[in-house]
This record gives sequence, C-alpha cells and structure tokens, in this order.
Amino acid sequence: MSTTLLSTRQVAEFVARGFLELPAVADPDLCAAAQAEMAAILAKWGRPDRPSATVSGTPLDDVLPEPSALGAVLRLPAVRGAIDSLVGPEAVFDHDFVHMKPAGDRDRQALHCDAALDSTTGFDIQLFFFPHDIGPGEGGTGFVPGTHLRDVHTTDVARYQHLAGERSWEGPAGTVLIFHQSLWHRGMPNPSAQDRWMYKIRLNPTVPQVRRWDTSDLDAVSPGHSDHVFATTTPDTVPAWLRRGEPWMGPSDHRLELMARARLWRHLSGDDAFDIDWYLTRHEQRSHLDGRASADVR
Amino acid sequence: MDSSTQRQEVLILWLAHAALDAPVVGWSHWSGAGEAELDAEATPYATGVAALADGWRLLQITPTVAPSSGSGSKETLLRHEYVFERFVPWPRS
Repeated sequence: MSTTLLSTRQVAEFVARGFLELPAVADPDLCAAAQAEMAAILAKWGRPDRPSATVSGTPLDDVLPEPSALGAVLRLPAVRGAIDSLVGPEAVFDHDFVHMKPAGDRDRQALHCDAALDSTTGFDIQLFFFPHDIGPGEGGTGFVPGTHLRDVHTTDVARYQHLAGERSWEGPAGTVLIFHQSLWHRGMPNPSAQDRWMYKIRLNPTVPQVRRWDTSDLDAVSPGHSDHVFATTTPDTVPAWLRRGEPWMGPSDHRLELMARARLWRHLSGDDAFDIDWYLTRHEQRSHLDGRASADVR
Repeated sequence: MDSSTQRQEVLILWLAHAALDAPVVGWSHWSGAGEAELDAEATPYATGVAALADGWRLLQITPTVAPSSGSGSKETLLRHEYVFERFVPWPRS
C-alpha cells in the first residue's frame, strides 16, 4: 500500500497542538461516494443490517474493505501515511460514527473530550472526514488547540462556552482532520442551508508509537540541550515547534504544557533525554539527589 | 433580590493567571431572564477587574491550592476561575 508518512515537523505540531489537517485529500467523486455511504450507514444505525459495521479490535487493514468509499478514504496515501506515522500500521479499529447536522440546526454541542479518563502517554487518534465544503460560519467541528494533554473527563469541560483560540473548522471537501484522543471539541451549529456530514473513526495503537513517521530529518531538527529559551534557540527545530503557545494558556499553563509535550516527545522519539528548556531534567537530577523516584516528576 | 422583579445572571471568567486583573482567556454566561444580552462571541471584558467596574459582583475565586507532591506538573481543568453575578430587571420590557 502506498503511503506518505508524516514529517518530523508534522508530528511535532501534532504533539504541540493535538491535531493535524490533511486538506482536500479526497477527490469530488470519492467524496460523493463516501457521503452516500454515510447516509446508508446512518439510515440503519444500530440495526443488525447496518452496513459497514466493524467490530472493535479489527485490524486496520481489514476495516471497511473494498468497495467501501469510506475505506478508500482511509487508504489514501496521505491518510494512511498519517495513521501509520501516529499509531502504526498495526492499529486496530475502536469505533466509528456518522455525524449529520441538519441545515439550520442552531444547537451547539457542549465542549467535551471523548471516551473516559485516558491517563496513558500512548494515545489513540480520531479521524474526522468532511465530504463537502464547509464555508465560513457554517459550523464544522469546533476544537481548542493544545488541550489534548490535560486530564479531564468527557463533559467536565462543558462549563467553558468560549475559550480564546477555539477553532470552528471550515475548509474544502475531502479534508481529513486527525485529533489526539483527548482534544477538547464539539459539534457547532449549522446555520447553512445544507445538511452537514462528517464521518469519525477512532483507532488504537497496539505497538509502541516510537519513530513511526519519516524520521530522515529527525537528527537535523533535534538540537539537544544547546537549545534553551534563555540562551540560544533555533527556529524550525523540534523544541521550537513544541514551544508554541495557545491563546487560552496563561504563563503557568504554557510552562506545564511544555513539560507534558516533552514527555510525549520522549515517548514518540524514544529519546529519554529529550527536554524543552531543561524543565524535566532539572527535576530529575534533583530527585536522584533526594533519593526520590524520578517518576514523581510527571 | 426581589424575585418578582429581578432575575440573576451568572458570568464566569477564566483568567490567564491568579490576579483578578489578568487577561480573560475564557468566558461563559447564563441568564435567568431569558436570552442573554451579552454578545455570545465577543470577549465581554478584558480582565476580571473590568467586570467589577461594569457592576458585576464577584461571588467566588478559585482557591489557590498548593500542588500535591508528585502531581505538580499535571494539568487538568483551568485554574483561574472567577464567578460573578448581577441582577437584571424582569420581566424585560
């Protein structure tokens, strides 16, 4: 199967922000076929004769086999390459869902993250496929970049009606968004005159998510501890991509998010010495001096 | 509050840090008088103090709780939450 793996920069941006966009990767014919398939699924949702009902745990290669148009979207080189880069080709199916927001539906879903508490460093991904254009103000999926590494439980975040930096996705037909499992998101109102369709699928890794992307440039963009925000920093390197702040973050939020991102980058890169601005390392060194377990520095 | 002529509105602001004059980074608003008058999409106030200056009463500040050992760097919900209220005429003319 032909795939286009993600670059180091794309993976670093996913670690920092919790999402990736693959704009207009499906052509109009595939979009039309996929939307028709979504309608057929939704018409029989939950019934024994629901088409394309995949069993949780099914290997990725067996999900939505030909002639499924939704399966063809998953098998597009850019989409399959992103999946392989983040959860590996050994990933398995978790669940899927067809979202249809009727034209003129003004209801805004409460902000939430999916599933239940997910406290592992390893993560699932969720793909959101949009088979038609979504114009400015026409809703799409709302999401808050950078919220994916916080420990919250589903609708605990529903109290937040507005957060600075929240995005309401708009863009061309055939786009796939990929979310970290814990990114805060919601379905937005649909003030447009057309029903809004979206297909979501969640995938679980089954092997360590270590260096699965195109790592040919990894050494070149990994400056090591010579890169420090109080000394010298190098643009277009992993620490520079991971330092990105979000409008909803205060100063202490940002600093703690950097530590969380560094931990996740260690997990993905296999580099246990990786750090951003020495935050993890100084604690670990002191913990050894105290005789305390370094695991205290989460 | 005179419930025959007034209704409560609640405004929650999340601020960038622990001071009440810190910038607003999130907000929510509910009104017991029906549809809210605040613009749902625009930041209602630049800071928490700006809400006080506009007549909102501060009801609650997130307690500043020292992080427990071993959990100092684990983030969950937003830390700096400020709850305000005001009373508005009801029914609206």
